[in-house]
Amino acid sequence: MARKSSWSPSSRELERRATKARISKRQISIAAISSIIVIGALLIATITSPGWEVVKKTFFDVDYGKEVLPTVIKGLWLNLKLTVIGSICIGIIALSLAILRTTKSAALTPFRFLAAAYTDIFRGVPLLLVILLVGFGVPALQLRAITSNVTILGSIAVILTYSAYVSEVIRSGILSIHPSQKAAARSLGLSSAQTMRFVVLPQALRRVIPPLLNDFVSLLKDTGLVSILGVIDAIRAAQINSSRTFNYTPYVVAAILFLLITIPLTRYTDKAIRGTYSRQNAEGTI
Amino acid sequence: MQPVLEIKNLRKSFGAELVIDDLSLTVPVHTATVLIGASGSGKSTLLRCINLLESIDDGIIKIDGVEISDPEIDPDEVRRKLGMIFQSFNLFPHLTVRENIALSPIKVHHKTKEEAFEISNQLLKRFDLLDKAEQYPDRLSGGQQQRVAIIRSLAVNPRLLLLDEVTSALDPVLVNEVLSIVRDLKSDGMTMVLATHEMGFATQVADQVCYLESGTIIERGTPNEVIGNPSNPKTKDFIKRVHQAGRL
Repeated sequence: MARKSSWSPSSRELERRATKARISKRQISIAAISSIIVIGALLIATITSPGWEVVKKTFFDVDYGKEVLPTVIKGLWLNLKLTVIGSICIGIIALSLAILRTTKSAALTPFRFLAAAYTDIFRGVPLLLVILLVGFGVPALQLRAITSNVTILGSIAVILTYSAYVSEVIRSGILSIHPSQKAAARSLGLSSAQTMRFVVLPQALRRVIPPLLNDFVSLLKDTGLVSILGVIDAIRAAQINSSRTFNYTPYVVAAILFLLITIPLTRYTDKAIRGTYSRQNAEGTI
Repeated sequence: MQPVLEIKNLRKSFGAELVIDDLSLTVPVHTATVLIGASGSGKSTLLRCINLLESIDDGIIKIDGVEISDPEIDPDEVRRKLGMIFQSFNLFPHLTVRENIALSPIKVHHKTKEEAFEISNQLLKRFDLLDKAEQYPDRLSGGQQQRVAIIRSLAVNPRLLLLDEVTSALDPVLVNEVLSIVRDLKSDGMTMVLATHEMGFATQVADQVCYLESGTIIERGTPNEVIGNPSNPKTKDFIKRVHQAGRL
């Protein structure tokens, strides 16, 4: 055991570390140089283009951007609210649909059939159409019990469509878990439901986090579609301002605001996923 | 003659835990070296270091005189010369037996599909598995799967074969069908490094037996020396425990 403390790297190892450092330095400089060339070329091409002065004035007017920022943010707040409430409802509905469609219980056959029909229909009809049908069609029924608040109706349409998308993502995750996992859990005496809850779902959900995140970002953007019912979200707010002044800076402002939310979100999730992945897989560095 | 594998003063740790400690080993061509030792003694890690699946902390590993622990070497190039067989088979479940075997010959060694299938068929025929060529791995028994895994690594004519406890996941009957393949390979002159708990088998195929404990080789020699009549008290103790477990 004395050797442990007395070890110091051999000359070959020191040499190797120097080589590794050299290689990584070389790769960093290659990355830096190629980035500078590509980004520089794009910048030069943009700035030297004949229409740049006009584009700069109509799309990148900083003062006007600051002026419209509060209205666009107010609109964005609606997008955020709809996204958070929507994703909770979508999560619950989609998970139920996915579990329903992957069970084999005979008693549930009619529900399985209905769930399949539901996903087929709502996955296939364009979101815009669903929003129009729900937003204008439901109030036309003149049922007293049902709200005619277009924000709520619009979000219901979004939830209906996205539940269909997301349930398919979760279902494919469930199906990707090897049957031997189920066999092992059932052999331990876990019931079919317990197997799903404690063995299959935890693995399946972890596996589909990246595509789910994809859907979450789409949802954030697609909540804007409810504006066709007359609700004012970030994009609609930008549009109103632009059509008043014929300056398109509000659109750029809205785009930047969306990016400010989505980019940190994706980066954070990526990191979190990589963390769990490397904790669970001891196998090597490949 | 130049040895196929030469390891000098290898050191490897996972964080604070030292797994391989100043280990040196030479494997001449056409010989089999068997690594024995309790679980956690560093046998698997040693094999994974040779295959460049793990980065090392110090020491030198050479294959055919070329230092593969050089950071500038292309690991794919090195692995092309090596075959590795795992305890858990690791066959690709989405490919048939024949496709599993033909994958590397086609994609890495640029054989045509016909050539690769011909190689696969010959190997499958030799080891009595030709009737399974179209099957998917999940349909085979453990012993059959492991035999396919061995065939898969043979299909690219490796210079050195690394076998990591290839029979540990198999029942005693299936163990034999796998070990008999390894014996055949040995008599073909394949150079091998094996980690195993099968002492009887080790005695039969080994030219050199190394007993590992805490990441170092405590005792090395012919099977008769190390397994039959160990001189180091630690080795003696290990062999005694293996005897008691009825594995010799």
